[in-house]
Amino acid sequence: MSEAVASPTPLLEFRGINTHYGAVHILKDVDLAIYPGELVCLLGGNASGKSTTLKTLLGMVTPTTGEVVLDGEVVNDKPTSYRVERGVTMVPENRRLFKRLTVKENLELGAYLRNDDGVESDLERIYEMFPRVKERLNQKSGTLSGGEQQMVAVGRALMANPRVLLMDEPSMGLAPALVQTNFELIQQIHEEGVAIFMVEQNANMALSIADRGWVLQTGRVVLDDSAEALLANPELRASYLGDGNR
Amino acid sequence: MTTAMRSKARPRTGVDWFLTFLRVLLTGLVLFGLLAFLWQQIDPDNPLASAINPDANRLSWDAFQGLVISGLSQGAMYGLIALGYSMVYGVLGFINFAHGEVFMVGAMTGMITSNKLFEAGVWEDNFLLAILIAVLVSVICSTVTAVVTERIAYRPLRGSPRLIPLITSIGVSFFIQNTSAVLLGPGAKSYPRLPDWLRDDIGIGPFDIEGKKLLVLVVAGVSMGALWYLVERTKTGKAMRAVAEDKEIASLMGIDVDRTIVTTFAVGGAMAGVAGILWGILFGSVTEFTGFLPGIKAFSAAVVGGIGNLGGAMAGGLTLGSSESLAPQLVLEPLGVTGHTQLKDAVAFLVLIFVLLVKPTGLFGERLSAEDRA
Ligand SMILES: Nc1ncnc2c1ncn2[C@@H]1O[C@H](COP(=O)(O)OP(=O)(O)O)[C@@H](O)[C@H]1O
Ligand SMILES: [Mg+2]
Repeated sequence: MSEAVASPTPLLEFRGINTHYGAVHILKDVDLAIYPGELVCLLGGNASGKSTTLKTLLGMVTPTTGEVVLDGEVVNDKPTSYRVERGVTMVPENRRLFKRLTVKENLELGAYLRNDDGVESDLERIYEMFPRVKERLNQKSGTLSGGEQQMVAVGRALMANPRVLLMDEPSMGLAPALVQTNFELIQQIHEEGVAIFMVEQNANMALSIADRGWVLQTGRVVLDDSAEALLANPELRASYLGDGNR
Repeated sequence: MTTAMRSKARPRTGVDWFLTFLRVLLTGLVLFGLLAFLWQQIDPDNPLASAINPDANRLSWDAFQGLVISGLSQGAMYGLIALGYSMVYGVLGFINFAHGEVFMVGAMTGMITSNKLFEAGVWEDNFLLAILIAVLVSVICSTVTAVVTERIAYRPLRGSPRLIPLITSIGVSFFIQNTSAVLLGPGAKSYPRLPDWLRDDIGIGPFDIEGKKLLVLVVAGVSMGALWYLVERTKTGKAMRAVAEDKEIASLMGIDVDRTIVTTFAVGGAMAGVAGILWGILFGSVTEFTGFLPGIKAFSAAVVGGIGNLGGAMAGGLTLGSSESLAPQLVLEPLGVTGHTQLKDAVAFLVLIFVLLVKPTGLFGERLSAEDRA
């Protein structure tokens, strides 16, 4: 493992993680570490186990062996809520808004575990970030366009006041014109000090804003390097970057 | 969306023609009956009514408003029970057929409490206090029954196909019926006699409402209002709706999904408990089988209103209750159906069939696309 970043304890860490769905072995001896304030990405083809990695980090899936470590503490047997309370949240694949709930209710659910008095001001911050969202607060979120749903999904995750934001294929299903805006938004959130762990198929775009990255192949980490090195890697160029524009 | 498009493009089969025939026939019969009835109110010798049933009678305002009030008070109880079917369906996607028995537990424990209070003299000295205590006991017992069945019978089956908890719920329902028969003995048990002011009519505008029916309507209305507030305006309610829509993402928000499911059963059970004691007050007696027919009808009400939709469950209950009460005189009698006053139960299920034929998602149901239920 490259210890490129100076910070001593990783925020989130996998130590020799194996995850199964029933008898099917999905993640195989995965080691990862995300440090505070980093922007890192996980690349890999379809069904390579990217979403499973995120779900295992959050405790939505329990690993069979290995340790999930949050701030140096092993959290394998802690529920998802424990991790959310300590600043880990996710923008799930396909956004997964509560479609029958209003936009406002979706945002409020993001802050479900919080009872500090910063919730109101954080709502205001989200409205400032996405004026379009503010106009649609009382609308059922299922009636929004794809781009607007993306804003609500990101807003909902930010309402948890995260230290690290996991993003599962954030540009999937967005109109091509919105993909660029979306990456800019991710950078903007990152600049505010939130660590980002992004799963992407759009390897070129992802690596152009990331510090480091991993490549997952059928559940195994096959490459683990800085973004520049990955961008220059001939193997990766051949398998992902070549058709990264599809 | 794709299935809707495909079904439009699909060529019409014999079954489609048959269903359309049924829709037209049922609509035609209902319209004919209603029209004949209305005309009869104006002209007793109208040709439409006498064509089929020359013996049909005019309905006096007194009789009519009596039917409306009976229908609404009965319907309010169906609505209260229907909420439990609908909420559990919304959260777990199966029909909890034991819910009728949860209602029966409310009626049964209400009977025990009110008889005890009657013996202690509270029932007659301070009826409002007595009924408050009885409602509380019924609500607690029904809630506990609902929560315990969830814990013992349904939670171990979480994640198995929906048919399995459904069949289990039928077993639970027999279990509760028989437990009641063993503990309290089989057969009908009476509530104490209601105070006179509940047996007299109270005039409200053009209506003369029997006191107990007014009590039923008021208590049911307050309970539904409280439930609406809980579900739409509180954090717990928001969590319940989130869990109903997407459990995985609800847990990602930090919601405790298991606890929210327990809350859903508890709230549904509480509403059934309220309905149970109201049933006892209205009809004065209860048996271990009291839960069966009202349970099935409340389930029909939930489907008529659009299952999973709480406003729909209440509306479905009121629709079913009033149809049961009014349709025999308004539709069946002009059509010359013999023994129309005995056909209440048949009417309830005909309404269900009619709604399913015309609007399969129920009156207020949304189309549940695969995407929504993911
Ligand atoms: N809940 C599940 N049960 C069983 N198999 C699953 C489940 N979720 C995902 N899988 C399987 O695990 C593999 C990895 O899935 P996933 O992590 O979603 O891949 P990716 O996000 O990289 O496309 C796939 O083969 C998928 O079919
Ligand atoms: Mg995925």
